[in-house]
Amino acid sequence: MKNDYYIERYSQIRDGKVSVNGNIIFQTLETNFKSVMKAAYKNLIIDYPKFFKMDNLSKLGFLAAEVLLKDENEKNMAMVFSNRASSLDTDRGYQDSIKDATQYYPSPAVFVYTLANICMGEISIKHKIHSENCFFVNDEFSPEILSSYTSQLLDENKAKKVLCGWVDVDNGKYNAFLYVVAKKGTFVHSDPEINRLYKTTHE
Amino acid sequence: MSDLKQELKEKIIEQLNLEDVTADEIADNDPLFGDGLGLDSIDALELIVMLDKDYGIKLADPKEGRKIFESIDTMAAYISANKA
Repeated sequence: MKNDYYIERYSQIRDGKVSVNGNIIFQTLETNFKSVMKAAYKNLIIDYPKFFKMDNLSKLGFLAAEVLLKDENEKNMAMVFSNRASSLDTDRGYQDSIKDATQYYPSPAVFVYTLANICMGEISIKHKIHSENCFFVNDEFSPEILSSYTSQLLDENKAKKVLCGWVDVDNGKYNAFLYVVAKKGTFVHSDPEINRLYKTTHE
Repeated sequence: MSDLKQELKEKIIEQLNLEDVTADEIADNDPLFGDGLGLDSIDALELIVMLDKDYGIKLADPKEGRKIFESIDTMAAYISANKA
């Protein structure tokens, strides 16, 4: 892997806290996921009513991206995401809604979120991003899965920047860590450094 | 009919997750799509499911929804005329 790429900035959402580059920009004592998302949305003064129609995974990814991209001008940005539960949190809810044959009313609004990469679609729509995207599902956060593909995208000029990271929601537990990779930045784009940033924000 | 219209407003707000919108803010003749409540195509499908689930009305042709879902007025009139 080439080491001439850098991480410009990173965000994290966990335990009722939203942070950018390790600095907390919002925190709440709420523990319920939906309450945390709503409180963060209101506090960060985001005006995007469609947010409330999104599933949990998309809400989490959307907010984590929003705090990173609100002043970003580069539209040629790829996305490389990963998580453990894929869209299982939403899949389970959808399954519950159709398991009774006598009450079979599948919800289109829920069904459209039964894919993990819809989360990236919501971010793309909001920020008018038209580029490559890929969502990996893995047991745990793994920098090497993200970094190799990210470097390849940049090496081959498929994108000017790449939004990468981990966005995971399942049964009320949530964890987001996103970062922007570019040719210039603050942190070296290497697996140990990505791991350090991920762990630093989780201690 | 006015009870049905109020019920429809509350159901739409709840089922379509219209945050920060109250039933009082929706006029009976407000357009539900476009410049009105700003509903989209997925919302239209959700309304078709709502008609079936809550009022026992199945739309054979989803294109019918364009006229039925113009406003609360048109929805209430259609439901009143077709309720199972």
